Amino acid sequence: MAKTDALQGSLDLLVLKILSRRPRLHGYAIMAAIASTSGEVLRAEEGSLYPALYRMEEAGWIRAEWIKKDSGRRARVYQLTSAGKKQLGVEESRWQSISLAINRVLREV
Amino acid sequence: MSLWSRIWNTVQGERLNREIDEELQSHIEEAITAGRDPKEVRRAFGCTLRARDASHSIRVVGWLESLLSDISFGWRQLCRNNITSVAAVLSLGLGIGSSVAAFRLIDALLWRPLPISGSGRLYVLSRKMIGLYDKPAEDNYWATPDFKLMRDAAKEQADLIAISDADRTDITWSTDDDMEKAHVAYVSGNMFPNFGLEPALGRLLAPMDDRGPGLSPYAVLSWDYWNHRFGSDPRVLGRSVHIGDQTFEIIGVGPRDFTGTEKGTVTDIFLPLSMNRLATQQSVSWHHTFLMLKPGVDRATVLEPLRQHLSAVSRAFEVECSTCYRGMTQASIDRFLNKTLVFNPAGAGISDLQKDYRRSLGILGLLAALVLLIACVNVSNMMTAQAGARAQEMALRISIGAGRRRLVQLILCQSALLALLASVLGAVFAAWSAPFVLSLINPPDNPARLALPADWPVVLFGFGLILLVVLLLGLLPALRASAVRPVAALKGGEDPHSPRRRMRGAIALQVAFCCLVLFLSSLFVASFQRLENRPLGFSTDRLLLLETVTGKGQLPVVWNQTAEALRASPGVDSVAISGWPLLGRIHINSDISINGAPPSPTPAWFLNVSPSWLSTMKTPLVSGRDFLPDDTSPGAAIVNETFAKTFFPGQDPVGHTFERGANQPLNKIVGVTPDTPYDDLREPNRAVFYVPFDEIDGQSAPKAVDFATLVIHTDAQNPLVLAASLRQLIAQRHNGLRVSNITTQLDLFRNQTIRERLIAMLAAFFAAVALLLAGLGLYAVLNYSVLQRRREIGIRMAIGSTRAGIVRIVTLDVFVMIALGGCAGIVLGFGASRYVESLFYQVKATDADMIASPTCAMLLTALVATLPAVLRALRTDPTEILRTE
Repeated sequence: MAKTDALQGSLDLLVLKILSRRPRLHGYAIMAAIASTSGEVLRAEEGSLYPALYRMEEAGWIRAEWIKKDSGRRARVYQLTSAGKKQLGVEESRWQSISLAINRVLREV
Repeated sequence: MSLWSRIWNTVQGERLNREIDEELQSHIEEAITAGRDPKEVRRAFGCTLRARDASHSIRVVGWLESLLSDISFGWRQLCRNNITSVAAVLSLGLGIGSSVAAFRLIDALLWRPLPISGSGRLYVLSRKMIGLYDKPAEDNYWATPDFKLMRDAAKEQADLIAISDADRTDITWSTDDDMEKAHVAYVSGNMFPNFGLEPALGRLLAPMDDRGPGLSPYAVLSWDYWNHRFGSDPRVLGRSVHIGDQTFEIIGVGPRDFTGTEKGTVTDIFLPLSMNRLATQQSVSWHHTFLMLKPGVDRATVLEPLRQHLSAVSRAFEVECSTCYRGMTQASIDRFLNKTLVFNPAGAGISDLQKDYRRSLGILGLLAALVLLIACVNVSNMMTAQAGARAQEMALRISIGAGRRRLVQLILCQSALLALLASVLGAVFAAWSAPFVLSLINPPDNPARLALPADWPVVLFGFGLILLVVLLLGLLPALRASAVRPVAALKGGEDPHSPRRRMRGAIALQVAFCCLVLFLSSLFVASFQRLENRPLGFSTDRLLLLETVTGKGQLPVVWNQTAEALRASPGVDSVAISGWPLLGRIHINSDISINGAPPSPTPAWFLNVSPSWLSTMKTPLVSGRDFLPDDTSPGAAIVNETFAKTFFPGQDPVGHTFERGANQPLNKIVGVTPDTPYDDLREPNRAVFYVPFDEIDGQSAPKAVDFATLVIHTDAQNPLVLAASLRQLIAQRHNGLRVSNITTQLDLFRNQTIRERLIAMLAAFFAAVALLLAGLGLYAVLNYSVLQRRREIGIRMAIGSTRAGIVRIVTLDVFVMIALGGCAGIVLGFGASRYVESLFYQVKATDADMIASPTCAMLLTALVATLPAVLRALRTDPTEILRTE
């Protein structure tokens, strides 16, 4: 539970950031990327990753398409839209200001 | 974009679920390939169904999805009860269709503004006065000199426009023989500019065409006439049209939509007012006067002073008028002068058709609306019964968390589906029936013509109607169903009587509406029958009427020779001449003065007839003799019995004399005939006198006759077979006589009853539908109630209730409702019939048989409708019921 709590409110930011670096990832790859780049500290739950992906898709931040995998199955891959890039900037600066504020509080006390 | 994709996902709900599943599956596979434990992966996902649901609801439009599922559920419900659904759609469709058709006719005839600019500022001038027999009358016609005085008096605030009726007139385009009919209206030159109309071709009439008598021989065609008579040929400009002895040059074609100010008649040719010879006559009132307020004039402050001013001007004209009162008594002159000028809004045009059909169409609209209401009550009952049967389903839905809003939506969806299906049917019905009814309004040779566009007012009305129907149908059952208390319903029903109570109320309502429809239609049908069976005093059988005209008038001897020639033709039994036909809508009266006394207050009507006219018409003589060939007018006269009663009470009039006005030559009465209707079948018998066709002037010289009707009794059953040959025979004589119109006495008689026949036919149709629907509704409600009370009936039978007792408990309350509803319907009928009293002929709403026949029809229907349910109740087998319970 602690791991999801850490992600609260920042899942969108992580997904957008990962997609901005590596376009055309499917859901599992996004999850794996979050885990590996955070040094296995952060983990996106499957149950919240997909609703978040769909929500962002409906908001027009990311775009999805079906591709054929080597195994023959289809996979749905996601990439950033221009609106998503803008949103990433917004989310990033928001995160910066929040973490700055939290740091300040930690220092003061 | 995203809303569209969500709507798309909503519509394609199943496909979306499959895609989500596929993606999740692919995720799990990836995880396993990456080396994770399959069980652990699946556990991490949790319940896949929940995951799918969460994802699904993000990607769809929630309310739309529930709406779609409600619609498809409602559709399945309708399909399951297919027979009742079809009946519901048919009855609602008929109701909606007839209501929309009635609205279209009323809107087109009475409400829709003329396609001119400033129709809201247009008024028509008329005078209210006390007419003959002290009846209030309204005079819409004006003399041109009077019009000109008023036009000059009003010119600061308003423009006055003169427009005559669009009369069906003989016109000739090329040679003398090709005579045809067209609707010709005389208009003042300021009409087109004031109405803001632009020509489609050439130029329109302008104020300069009012210059003076005979100076502007120009004609403007209406677009409609140009289109159907000349195929929109632009070369029509410059052509000549002959009307009477005048020739007009076509100078232009009017705008496309404008067909004149007379709703129901399409004006074909517009001529300048100044070209009509009547325009110089002081004493002839022959055209309408319209008033168009100048733009920006405040009507609240201007209209009343203007009215008083014009009233004073017109009265001064009439007081001055030297030729207006020749031979009138002072009392008549006073009555003539005592009138009030009124402005009536005329933005929707004015016509006799509007006057004749305003109330008829109103009552037909009411009947259509009532039928729709009856159908709505029926369907609403059906849905209540279904809702009752679905109480458990509703309770279940509420228990598992459905909101009440959602339940209301569910049932409203079903009624909206019904209403939409019905409205498709209704639209088709209205598209067919409105022109059909319109085509029945006037005689076939001169049909009423009215633009019946299906534009936004009609569509708006249709949508409003559908909305109303949906609410009427669905709202009550919906609220009832959503008010279900789940605990009670799941336990086996709360108050089993409550839907029945509501349905009983519905029965009373339905019977009331149905009785109202039956009552009104029985009045109309009886009116029509009595009118059609009115004793005529002459025979309409095998009588051909040739309405004949001459250009400059011909002496009676020429007319008599022509009649003689026709008499010799094969297939002709007898020939006579009259000034105009009976029942032909022409009526001319004359003052009657006895023994040099001042004229009586009531006039008498007259007709010039040749000898043997009476025998040709099969009118017997009560006493005296027929005219002889050397009788002339003035000189001899034949009077009818009402004339004799009015002017010679208690005496034999034969041998007495009368004058047509003071100081006129004497007429000696030579015979008496029974009463016959004169110009209008609906009028009571009038005092009528006949004078010889041969008229002489003061010097005993014969007077020329412009027009007359040749009355021919034929051997053949259908007199029209001789029409063509006789018409040719007259033309071959080259004596200036030309047949202008061919008809039969039977057709003239039938034309008198067109409106009554139309209303009676439609009212009878609505009555039959209403009766059928009410019967069906009654049957359904009673059947439902017997089914629901099966247990109670079984128990009653088991404990020894008699058959009569069972019948009583099953039917008593229903018949109480029928009685209540019936009384309410008849009372409503009394109220409604007062509004349409003027349409009745010798029928009163309070006549016993007028009340009895709808009551009997209703009772009979109720008996037939309740019989199956009663039989079902009696056949109830108590042992079977008690065993199953």
